[in-house]
Amino acid sequence: MEFLIASAIGILTAAGIYLVLRLRSFPVILGVSLLTYAVNIFLFTSGRITIGASPILQKDVTTYSDPLPQALVLTAIVISFGMTAVVVMIALGSYLGSNDDHVDDPKVEPSETEDAT
Amino acid sequence: MSHWIIAPVLLPALLAPFIVLAARYHIGIQRVLSVAGILALITVATGLAWQASDGTVILYQLGDWAAPFGIVIVGDRLSTMMVLLTAVLALFVLLYAIGSRWDERGRHFHALFQFQIMGICGAFLTGDLFNLFVFFEVLLIASYGLMIHAGGNARLRAGVQYVLFNLLGSTLFLFALGAIYAETGTLNMADLANRAELTSADATVGIRIAAVLLLLVFAIKAAVVPLHFWLPSSYAEAPAPVAALFAIMTKVGAYAIIRVYTMIFPPDLEATSGLFGLWLLPAALVSLAIGMIGVLAAKKLDRLVAFAVIGSMGMVMVSISLFTPEGIAAALYYIIHSTFAAAALFLISDLVRSGRPNLHLTSMAPVAGASLTAGLFFVAAIAMTGLPPLSGFIGKLLILDAGFASPLAVWVWATILISSLISVVGFARAGSIVFWKAQSIERAEDNPLPDPPSALSYAAVGGLIALLVAYTAFAGQAHGYMTAMSKQLFAPEPYISTVVDTPGKLSKPKEGN
Repeated sequence: MEFLIASAIGILTAAGIYLVLRLRSFPVILGVSLLTYAVNIFLFTSGRITIGASPILQKDVTTYSDPLPQALVLTAIVISFGMTAVVVMIALGSYLGSNDDHVDDPKVEPSETEDAT
Repeated sequence: MSHWIIAPVLLPALLAPFIVLAARYHIGIQRVLSVAGILALITVATGLAWQASDGTVILYQLGDWAAPFGIVIVGDRLSTMMVLLTAVLALFVLLYAIGSRWDERGRHFHALFQFQIMGICGAFLTGDLFNLFVFFEVLLIASYGLMIHAGGNARLRAGVQYVLFNLLGSTLFLFALGAIYAETGTLNMADLANRAELTSADATVGIRIAAVLLLLVFAIKAAVVPLHFWLPSSYAEAPAPVAALFAIMTKVGAYAIIRVYTMIFPPDLEATSGLFGLWLLPAALVSLAIGMIGVLAAKKLDRLVAFAVIGSMGMVMVSISLFTPEGIAAALYYIIHSTFAAAALFLISDLVRSGRPNLHLTSMAPVAGASLTAGLFFVAAIAMTGLPPLSGFIGKLLILDAGFASPLAVWVWATILISSLISVVGFARAGSIVFWKAQSIERAEDNPLPDPPSALSYAAVGGLIALLVAYTAFAGQAHGYMTAMSKQLFAPEPYISTVVDTPGKLSKPKEGN
């Protein structure tokens, strides 16, 4: 179980970083999403891995799972979801405006050649 | 328990939706509401700073839950001063945005502006690391909207870079928080400070990794080389008032570093000793050098100012990474100075822009109001480069003085002095090309003279410059206060005991549960 979750986090992170380094907006956004999935699972495991344990106080129960990471993950999911939506919109606007989906700076800025004189 | 300390977060948080819902089609009402909100914020922030100035730690438990189970808002000297700084900066930036009509060029400027202020104030006041992350996200998502305000292809492209870089930063932040929680079981800063001390000497791997990850996150925000690449494009392409407001955002990173690495992971903590001394100071020195070389190399005025921001953040980080009370006091003095100076320079570059088709460093015929703009640029450039008599010079002297004790003192002195010289040359070159040489060029007959910027724009920039002058005049008192602040930071026991020991709902569990 530990190995499974650890390797899932590792693979998701590696794939995310690879995609981020592709420098075109669609792969980069996918990569960022993968990274946020990885970090969500990571946050879950930060409260130790338990199976079938209750997070809320109950009678006759001695083993509990830590409820705090679950709240943290919920917050993180909402935030990363919203942020991804924002970046998709901005990237779409940028792509439709300049017909180019590279996220790094262009070699020569078009405005410089036009009115540098 | 007084409720005033939550007001800097609540006030903009309530005002912003009100502006969107009630006044979305009336720019005039939006302006009145926005300015009134900021004025109220300044009043509250002044009161809080006054209350905290005698060393009181103001604690507010949200929902009356005791720390570390509930989230706490804490105001000490440093937090309240940063909130006041934010509010004052916001007022002048807002006046400029109104005077230059930047707020009309896109929608919801004022609402986003208020959300931005909410996020920044929250980040300064919170006493909980995860809450700090949430406020970072609030200020970031508002800044995404402000960054692409008024649209345009270059701005959108820079906006994509800015958003993506910050998304990666947020992911790193979450990794750091997860690691810290896994190691210590808490995210409350005061409680963390207690638990970090208890870390046993043979199990420090996790906490060391977490401390470095967290430092990297804050270094991204503070634009320390090599994590500064997001800054030049986004600050140069952002609308000028927004870039001026962003001058405080790099300081949020610096604030977080000061807070976390004096209280939770202080330099004498055994578990994390020797982690930062090795590379933080050299990285800060390199940022200072790169920033000032960028000032000399920049081909456009707005990029020049953006690199000056990197340089000044480098200067702040040099002083912080000494991790001595003198160093932190000097850094705090310089933070206030460089916030106002950078904001003034961004606004001045927009004043220049209003009379020209672009901001390339080429000479163009003079326009109405050019001499006043040139005068303001001259004063702001003197402040930014740290020439006497303005506050930049005093700040730099304080940092040099604090640098004496460091083993790298020679490097600190050499880098600061040489990079200052380079930045003086860079600003002098830019100023003489844009303003001085322009006097010899005749304006073409068929080229009508553009309208000069409005009086309100000049008043806003003039106000920032006047603040810099006042800050120089009262440097003695200011530095005295910064020294007291830095002493409070290096003796965090009252802060920690106030947060941890104040009773709340969970302190006394009811019998029978």
